[in-house]
Amino acid sequence: MISSFAWQNVWRNKIRSAVIITAVALGTFAGIFTIAFTNGMVNDRIRVIIRTELSHIQIHQPGFVDNNDFTIRMSNADSILKKIKKLPHVMAAGKRIVINSMVASAETSTGVKITGIDPADGIKVSDLNSKLINGKFLEETGKNPVVIGEKLATKLKIGLRNKVVITVQDVNKNIVAGAFRVAGIFRTDNLMFDESTIFVRNSDLVKLTGLGPGEAHEIAVLLDNNELSEKTRNTISAMFPRLDVKDWQKLSPEAGYLVSAMGQYMFIFIIIIMLALCFGIINTMLMVVLERVHELGMLMAIGMDKIKVFTMIVLETVYLSLTGGALGIALGYGASTYFARNGIDLYFWKEAYAEIGYSSIVYPVIDAFTMVYTSVMVVLMGIISALYPAYKALRLNPTQAIQTE
Amino acid sequence: MNIIEITDLHKVYDQEAVPVWAVNGITLSFEVGEFAAIVGPSGSGKTTLLNIIGGLDDPTKGNVVIDGVTINKLGGRQRTDFRMKNIGFVFQAYNLIPVFTARENVEFIMHLQGKNKNERDKRTKELLEAVGLADRIDSRPNKLSGGQQQRVAVARALASKPKFILADEPTANLDSKSTENLLDIMEKLNRNENITFIFSTHDQRVVNKARRVITIEDGAVVSDIRK
Repeated sequence: MISSFAWQNVWRNKIRSAVIITAVALGTFAGIFTIAFTNGMVNDRIRVIIRTELSHIQIHQPGFVDNNDFTIRMSNADSILKKIKKLPHVMAAGKRIVINSMVASAETSTGVKITGIDPADGIKVSDLNSKLINGKFLEETGKNPVVIGEKLATKLKIGLRNKVVITVQDVNKNIVAGAFRVAGIFRTDNLMFDESTIFVRNSDLVKLTGLGPGEAHEIAVLLDNNELSEKTRNTISAMFPRLDVKDWQKLSPEAGYLVSAMGQYMFIFIIIIMLALCFGIINTMLMVVLERVHELGMLMAIGMDKIKVFTMIVLETVYLSLTGGALGIALGYGASTYFARNGIDLYFWKEAYAEIGYSSIVYPVIDAFTMVYTSVMVVLMGIISALYPAYKALRLNPTQAIQTE
Repeated sequence: MNIIEITDLHKVYDQEAVPVWAVNGITLSFEVGEFAAIVGPSGSGKTTLLNIIGGLDDPTKGNVVIDGVTINKLGGRQRTDFRMKNIGFVFQAYNLIPVFTARENVEFIMHLQGKNKNERDKRTKELLEAVGLADRIDSRPNKLSGGQQQRVAVARALASKPKFILADEPTANLDSKSTENLLDIMEKLNRNENITFIFSTHDQRVVNKARRVITIEDGAVVSDIRK
């Protein structure tokens, strides 16, 4: 009865209730959609980090990650690779030769990270193949092909089939140079990556540097599930205790930080929204109590005890919040789901996003946790907002309240 | 048999250090089945006396004993519960719950008492029939006239089967016809079902119907006439 009474009371002043319900709905919608949007950006960045830049796990000789020292390399990369490929959940793995060096065109030169890959494995480990905007990816045949980023091509003022000279250090610490021809040009959402990373065949780098055929600086491992990164890293570490095995979160600390920091920011963001809504609801409910002093006095006089009066005001507030919250959640879910399929194209900020490694097309990601978390926050907000107005109702003296006009 | 016994009742309001005696040494008793009017000029203490009898206000001194229970000695929750079970209230401004129909307004107190649906339905129907509103059972207060609303209020006051009804200026907002109608209904309930009614009123029509008239001035009883 009290709950039905409270629900009917919500609709006494339809316009006022509609205004506050709309405010709660918009606040909740904003919270959910912002979380979904941020999740989408973070997930996309992580996807790029894993699929294009790093892969899930990388294996190096200890010290290589810190110094990128050409001499710190694995001599038995092929046998390690063979064992890793047999592990569960490993989709692909490939060895890489990684050298920080110079690339020069006829016009200019610049420092880059040269990554030597085996084309067959490389295509599986990285999705760079799908990022090509011109030419083709590295093939087993042909002489010294190189795949470079669009930004680097622009910087070097070169195009497809133009020659570049790559200068590296060989195993005897001599400076050696090789001429490579641009076979493909790629464009990712990370301009820094596009400008600083080039890809050649392992076999060409081996010839140029004098490395042994089984030698490599890095083994990249791609899994079928992001969540298994840490577990698989531990497995590989146990298999090769002398090697440095890192997952993507350790290799790219800013990405790991991004995940946890965004979670915290969104938590704070939702709390700020809810706090703002709390004050709006408190104001409305105080008006409600003030308007109904006479009636509340009558209810207490005829035998409605204070606990029931308190409960009624709390329920009215919770109903207001829940109605707005449910609408906001539905709107947030609907909008997030729609844009998750169609994407939000922030083309006017494309360059700015690319500078920091983000795609300008965001696909919001909505998850069950966000929905549950937001629902709980809405209910909590309703209860917290109700306490002060309900307390004011509780303090009413029935005699004085009945005499109030 | 006395249902209410009031002994040496005082109520003083401290208005800016000047004490005002709203009730000043009233001793009264009411028997079951009385149809009594408390009359007196504005500010004479009628409403304060009614509020103290109804347990809505505390006396400064003295006691109100209802069916053996000293109501002014009861704590907040016990007193609310006592009111709900033993006292029916009819207010000047009807005070119906605007979002409820006539039926729901009458049922409400029975809900608070935890009565089951069958019992609620049966009593609500009986009461609304008794006040002549069986055909308006599903009407909201804004669809009822002032007289009809006050009749619903009487039905609501009777819903909990109280020991007596306290009616504070029940006819003050009603026209002559509605007043006559309401008083007839209450008198009928009093005579047929032996329900005790105590009115606080200015209205001569109520005084004319009452079988006992208690006149109060300056918080004290100046006459108590049984017709």
